[in-house]
Amino acid sequence: MTAVKFYQVGSRAVGNRLLDPAHRTRQADPQRRNALNSGHRACQGCGEALAARYVLDTAVDATGGRLVTVNATGCLEVFSTPYPESSWQIPWLHSLFANAASVASGVVAALRATGRPDVRVLAQGGDGGTVDIGFACLSGMFERNDDVLYVCYDNGGYMNTGVQRSGATPPAARTATTEAVGTEPGNPFGVGKDAARIAMAHDIPYVATATVAELHDLEAKVRTAMSIRGARYLHVLVPCPLGWGTGTAETVKLARLAQLSALFPVYEARHGTVSSVLPIREQVPVEEYLRPQKRFAHLFAGDGRPDVIAKLQEIADRNVARYGLLSEEH
Amino acid sequence: MDKPFAITLDVRTSLANHTGTWRTERPVYVDGVPPCSHACPAGEQVQQWLYQAEDGGYESAWRRLVEDNPFPAVMGRICYHPCESACNRGQLDSAVGINSVERFLGDQAIAEGWTLPEPAASTGKRVLVVGAGPCGLSAAYHLRRLGHAVEIRDAGEQAGGMMRHGIPTFRLPRDVLDLEIARLLDLGVTLRLNTRVDDLQQAMCEGAFDAALLAMGAPLSKRAYIPAGQSARILDALAVLGDVAEGARPQLGRTVIVYGGGNTAMDVARTARRLGADEAIVVYRRTQEQMPADASELEEAIAEGVRLHWLRTITQVTGTKLTVEKMRLDDEGRPHPTGEFEELTGDAVVLALGQDVDREVLQTLPGLVVEDGVVEVGPDLMTSVPGVFAGGDLAPSTRSATVAIGHGKNAAHSIDAWLRNRSVERVVAEPVDEEPVGYERLNTWYFSDAPHAVRPRLELARRTADFTEVVGGLDEQTALYEARRCLSCGNCFGCDNCYGVCPDNAVKKLGDGANSYEIDYDYCKGCGLCVSECPAGAIVLVPEDK
Repeated sequence: MTAVKFYQVGSRAVGNRLLDPAHRTRQADPQRRNALNSGHRACQGCGEALAARYVLDTAVDATGGRLVTVNATGCLEVFSTPYPESSWQIPWLHSLFANAASVASGVVAALRATGRPDVRVLAQGGDGGTVDIGFACLSGMFERNDDVLYVCYDNGGYMNTGVQRSGATPPAARTATTEAVGTEPGNPFGVGKDAARIAMAHDIPYVATATVAELHDLEAKVRTAMSIRGARYLHVLVPCPLGWGTGTAETVKLARLAQLSALFPVYEARHGTVSSVLPIREQVPVEEYLRPQKRFAHLFAGDGRPDVIAKLQEIADRNVARYGLLSEEH
Repeated sequence: MDKPFAITLDVRTSLANHTGTWRTERPVYVDGVPPCSHACPAGEQVQQWLYQAEDGGYESAWRRLVEDNPFPAVMGRICYHPCESACNRGQLDSAVGINSVERFLGDQAIAEGWTLPEPAASTGKRVLVVGAGPCGLSAAYHLRRLGHAVEIRDAGEQAGGMMRHGIPTFRLPRDVLDLEIARLLDLGVTLRLNTRVDDLQQAMCEGAFDAALLAMGAPLSKRAYIPAGQSARILDALAVLGDVAEGARPQLGRTVIVYGGGNTAMDVARTARRLGADEAIVVYRRTQEQMPADASELEEAIAEGVRLHWLRTITQVTGTKLTVEKMRLDDEGRPHPTGEFEELTGDAVVLALGQDVDREVLQTLPGLVVEDGVVEVGPDLMTSVPGVFAGGDLAPSTRSATVAIGHGKNAAHSIDAWLRNRSVERVVAEPVDEEPVGYERLNTWYFSDAPHAVRPRLELARRTADFTEVVGGLDEQTALYEARRCLSCGNCFGCDNCYGVCPDNAVKKLGDGANSYEIDYDYCKGCGLCVSECPAGAIVLVPEDK
């Protein structure tokens, strides 16, 4: 029997009995590491817990298990290691909120000094620990081109402390510190930072963005990152049912809509230049992404705020133009 | 215990923390009713045999198919496939070509010589089946498999009923029909041809039968009174189709008028084209939309040059001159005469106005109730006479071979239950009344766009030249492609999504393929991600008991 192209679920599902095991994701493997184990205290439907397992299981596989992780303070650290329990099935180190990148640089130096350069280092943190509190340390790690993959799980706010605004909170979103009041409700437009583009500005070998909705893409990026030496940065969008005010079963769907609406562009860049993008299969209006989220509910209450939604649509359209998101498959 | 300052607890794994206690709803795997199976008159488990075919397991797919229907190669040619009309994939791009895969499996079975499953141990019970059409043969198959001795009696010279006499060879080549019937008879079914049952009561007594199934169909053509001169040539559709099926090539003339709007009318019009008629005109008293003929037959008839005259009745035939009256529809869609007449020319008029059952035989069985021209039966297909069942065109039905095959299967199970003194209702309840899984239950993001594979069709120019089969089969590649387009509505097909998307690793993967997952309720928090990301809608959330 000759090979027949696989049509049932294409390449989008986690696995499938009809796919050659080599084409399934790491997550389809019964032998996957489960680096973040059951019993952790993340909320129901947590996108960050899901992404952390996706990323680390692949990284463990790509390094043959020779991997050390450093974790910034944040949800991930809090829910995975309430003393005396730990959910981590891999070497894991936590120091402070601000210094995960520096600690990771130190671990790399220590491994080199002790003659074990084959052991790789992965640092991880939320968007607060990355784009705000740990940013100086991260920038330093980038400019020294230390051999670390830094992964930022971006849920757009300080969620475990009560949903405060961060530098990654999207415009118009309501948080505890950007109330939905006044003529410009929610997080103001024109603030915040795009960490992936700042990382690119350091001309480091590899920068990529991804979401929890596109597992094949995410795993491929982790594998690419682990095949490169030097400073690397991966920015993963992880919906947060608590902070976004969404259903616990909608986490993956929202990540998908973020990419389809172009509010979250998914791409990879080498040495400061975008080298490929995940094209949008079928673009959806930003409204479809915003409406299910209570943090944007004020845009739809009463007469609604079509003007604000139009401004968000402009951002999406700019992303489409900037990254060529509607182009054919790369 | 020597612990550092301020430390009182041992370090341990988070597995000690059973987060399952947070849950208010629990995900549960289900086997929903896919719309294809729900729509199949023969009760085929379509999704299940497609699943077997998806990895090239054609023999196991065929075996799953013949659990319900012993005629895959015939069905893959003549069934009007209500499964495809119901298929959810129709809302995504186009319905899965179920019928063409069925034919592929049927042809594969013939090529490979696969045999039907062996009958169960003998029960010592004897069942008489009257009529060797689709219903009778299907019933005989299922009864034989259940271990009963079966004798089929048919008045004709060959078995097959309307599959043989009513369906043109360009839709169903007879070698295919012969092979599938012979394979069925090989199970040890006694077939007595040329044996008309004139007195049912007597036949049952003499043969010491414990039960009987009446499946003689509706072999008599309905007539309409049309004043006609002596030179007029008025023929009966069933007679024409029957003669042609046996190899005769009657000369119908250059212009043939077919009166009626059902599948038989289409078949006879298409046959007339092949017999050399330049024109085949179908006259029907209602509109094209109201024609009972299946859309695919109508489409093929039109493609072959058959013309349609709807809203017309034939009022008189004189020689080759026909008078037709125009009709109009009232608000309820019923046709009424308008008093306006037209003339048509036709060398022959073929009547295809429907068929009636043969009441003469039925009258020999005291107590049998015949109403509206069909034998009255209960939900278990038993007639008013205990131990006597009826199915197919003889019983109330929409009259297709597929419905008859379904009747045969259901009647066989009812007869089996009756012979074993079991409650029949339990058996009949088998085709579940559960609602089929709707499109909205699916997460179609995961299904790639893959349009319908079109079966090769004979070139139009060649079609009306002879009686060669019009629709071809799929090759293996295309059949496999088509099978893999199945969305597996409501049933797990082993995509690993639930195992992958659980943030709590609470889904365990036990093997490969469908239904090889298990939820670990010690850790499942009940977020529902597995439910919403299941492409097939095969997981549901149910509330936890308080």
